Amino acid sequence: MPYRPTIGMEVHAQLLTRSKMFCGCSADYWAAPPNSQVCPVDLGLPGALPVINARAVEATVLTGLALNCEIASVTRFDRKNYPYPDLPKGYQISQYELPLCRNGWLEIEVDGERRRIRIRRVHLEEDTAKLTHVEGCSLLDFNRAGVPLMEIVSEPDMHSVDEVREYVTQLRSVLRYLGVNSGDMEKGAMRFEVNVSVAREGERGTKVEIKNLNSFRAVTRSLEYEIARQTRILERGGHVEQVTMGWDEDRELTFEQRSKEEAPDYRYFPDPDLPPLTLDPAWVDGLRARLPELPRAKAERYQREYGLSAYDAGVLTAERAVAEFFEAAVAAAPAGVDAKMISNWLTGELFRLMRARERSIEQVPITPRDLVALLEMVAAGRLTGASGKEVLEEMFVTGRPPAEVVAARGLAQISDEAALRPVVEKVLEENPGPLAELLAGKEPVLRFLMGQVMRATRGQANPQLAQRLLQEAAERRRRAS
Amino acid sequence: MELTSLTILEAGRLLRRGEVSAVELTESVLDRIVAVDNQVRAFLTLTPELALEQARAADERLTAARRSGEGDLPALLGIPMAVKDVLCTEGVPTTCGSRILEGFLPPYDATVVARLEQAGYVLLGKTNTDEFAMGSSTENSAYFPTRNPWDLSRVPGGSSGGSAAAVAAHEALGALGTDTGGSVRQPAALCGVVGLKPTYGRVSRYGLVAFASSLDQVGTLTRDVADSALLLSIIAGHDAQDSTCVDLPVPNYLEALSPEIAGLRIGVPEEYFGPGMDPGVEATVREALGQLEALGARLERVSLPHTSYALPVYYLIAPAEASSNLARYDGVKYGHAAPGADELWELYKRTRGEGFGAEVKRRIMLGTYALSAGYYDAFYLKAQKVRTLIRQDFDRAFEKVDVLAAPTSPTVAFPIGARVEDPLQMYLSDIYTLSLNLAGLCGISVPCGFADGLPVGLQILGRAFDEATILRVAYAYEQSTPWHTCHPSLSVGQGADPAGC
Repeated sequence: MPYRPTIGMEVHAQLLTRSKMFCGCSADYWAAPPNSQVCPVDLGLPGALPVINARAVEATVLTGLALNCEIASVTRFDRKNYPYPDLPKGYQISQYELPLCRNGWLEIEVDGERRRIRIRRVHLEEDTAKLTHVEGCSLLDFNRAGVPLMEIVSEPDMHSVDEVREYVTQLRSVLRYLGVNSGDMEKGAMRFEVNVSVAREGERGTKVEIKNLNSFRAVTRSLEYEIARQTRILERGGHVEQVTMGWDEDRELTFEQRSKEEAPDYRYFPDPDLPPLTLDPAWVDGLRARLPELPRAKAERYQREYGLSAYDAGVLTAERAVAEFFEAAVAAAPAGVDAKMISNWLTGELFRLMRARERSIEQVPITPRDLVALLEMVAAGRLTGASGKEVLEEMFVTGRPPAEVVAARGLAQISDEAALRPVVEKVLEENPGPLAELLAGKEPVLRFLMGQVMRATRGQANPQLAQRLLQEAAERRRRAS
Repeated sequence: MELTSLTILEAGRLLRRGEVSAVELTESVLDRIVAVDNQVRAFLTLTPELALEQARAADERLTAARRSGEGDLPALLGIPMAVKDVLCTEGVPTTCGSRILEGFLPPYDATVVARLEQAGYVLLGKTNTDEFAMGSSTENSAYFPTRNPWDLSRVPGGSSGGSAAAVAAHEALGALGTDTGGSVRQPAALCGVVGLKPTYGRVSRYGLVAFASSLDQVGTLTRDVADSALLLSIIAGHDAQDSTCVDLPVPNYLEALSPEIAGLRIGVPEEYFGPGMDPGVEATVREALGQLEALGARLERVSLPHTSYALPVYYLIAPAEASSNLARYDGVKYGHAAPGADELWELYKRTRGEGFGAEVKRRIMLGTYALSAGYYDAFYLKAQKVRTLIRQDFDRAFEKVDVLAAPTSPTVAFPIGARVEDPLQMYLSDIYTLSLNLAGLCGISVPCGFADGLPVGLQILGRAFDEATILRVAYAYEQSTPWHTCHPSLSVGQGADPAGC
């Protein structure tokens, strides 16, 4: 029987609150000069005391609800004691016995198979200071100390790297939908720890933890490496040690950080500075009512209501802003423009422009209404597909409405037979050679002649009409001869 | 009349009437400090320049108010006071009596200090304390022991020994202390002054350098009960920066004072008159109980059956919290840092090894052990459960009586050095005070006479947030006895001259 991995995850997500977890300092530390957003509380100065940030509690409960968790009626903060310079009090205020949320799940879909990954708990804690090691010394920036940090712990329910990738992708999407986390991994807004054991089906392996993973790539690469390492050991008849690993980003390998014997005793105990927090069920219900439609539910609805493919529905719902743009466009669409067409243009042409110019949907100046106005021209044959793309690009750059762009560029499609017939006649007269080949039955030359018509009309000819007129003109000549 | 022997309220009246200036008052107290503190050693830091500056500012306001007829002046305008060195004072050294905080200048004021400042007080300096308030004699100060003004060869009690001795020796008109297991009441008793420990949550802990967060509370040391009531009115009340500080209205404690206690039910807990008690102390306290009865109060025997567990419970919970609270002193950001350490763990070990004294280390080890995996349930968790039982003892007693009355300390002040080699003996000094902290209630120690020429304290214990009643009982007792008018001799082996009261 083959070996298979069992994987659980811990995800740390910084919350997008204005102030820090236990003091009034700004939590938006990214661009601030080192140690400029600090106070006695986050510096852990003697005598300073923490006060719980209600917004952080709200964001965590909202997350718990989105992840189908039970929300605690009484919750408590505990001290996790360990000494390190990035921890100014010598302990981290976290939650141990009574987390805000527990027993939830997140549904993922891999290769058409849907699975629920159980969430063990979601709790709230404070981030540590940022430690930078430079030659000969270490630098500490306490701006990050005390930033609200949510920890989402899964059960070991995943059995492949693909499932893990899908889980973290889904989770990031949910957090961004809720507006509780930026999802910006380059800035450390999401950080990961995985635990993985490899065993034959029905057997138990030894759990190895990999810490300090800062990107999806680090998560998947380290898991692939670690699964292969454990499998190799087991195949040789060896046994895997229970250890905590680090991940060497540059060399792409895991390395041992500490063994089971060295595991620290955090001496958790309830923080006497913070009385237990009682959550009013009515308040929780209020948050529940505020939950937005989440990405997977949305994607399923798009497939059901609009007949979109699972893939397109997934792409459209991955980001809340994209989904909102799509839905606004669908709502504004006139007859002849359907959701599928909007989806195609959005995920095809618009995404291509966004990628090329590194813009997010929020930075695109095109309104959903202008997009469907453009699509209506294409659908009605007033604009060729090629011209439509050209117009979209200019809309993308200038934000001007499509009618204006079309008029300025003289791009309206020629669908008028009376207007197009003289052009076709002229092209045939100027190309006697190809005309002779066409009359001789060599159909491929029609494409060349089409190209000439398009050139003559600067691409504005309705292609179907031009082709019909070319064929009719050739037919007339054939009969005439 | 000696200016230095005035109470806060007396001095306030003289200042308002212009019969004395704040500068005169402050200068005479500073002179007194210069004259006697080389013997008493109550202060770790003196701030004479700051004090005179504050006094001059107070005089300007007083003069302006007299000219304009303004009557609504801050209650402590121009009153020279002392603050225990575990309370943060912006820009003024705050050491907690420890080497590890030598040179630490807090960038902020504790909430209580800010409130005193708003009330116009004059800061004389920071008073000596057992290191991080861990002790009952002020001998655990890393700097020097403070001496008892009634007998300079004896301890003033602790940990707020510096504040108690300063008030007793007329080196301050009043002082702030902190009480985690008796650290305001016990030194007040041993120094013959009034010591008030408010209910947990009554006064903000923000800026009080934590020893045991669930037990610590700021308290007052004064010459009489009215001054305690005045100071409590100023420092009590909600603080958004302390989540454990309760948002309840603050009564005017001074107006609530009355010498009338007829019909009041006073419980006498039998467990507070146990073995180990000085016969002289017991006799003095029993006499005080008789006086309360003479004032019309009804005495009732009550039982607090879990009292004998208070000491072990306290010595699990307080050190457990302390082991975590004191983890931040690592030599990285402030205070003492071991010189020459070139590696992180060496810096930690040497800084803490050099910076902490023996008692602090003992409690950090005790607490670390009590919280360790495998011991947590048996020690810390069990202690918390017994703590609940102790609280329930009080709840039951207070169903029958309005307050409890008991000795503050089982003995009078003991000789310096007598208990330093025996921590358990030292811990027993707080046997009658630490239950109250575990239960989170309020208590006050008021002078009730002398045994062997040394002061004895009567402790009145009250319901949560019922400071008004214990102040009233203490006031009624005080006003019917001469003890608060007695002054120490500042000599060795002399004790009181009861005839002088």
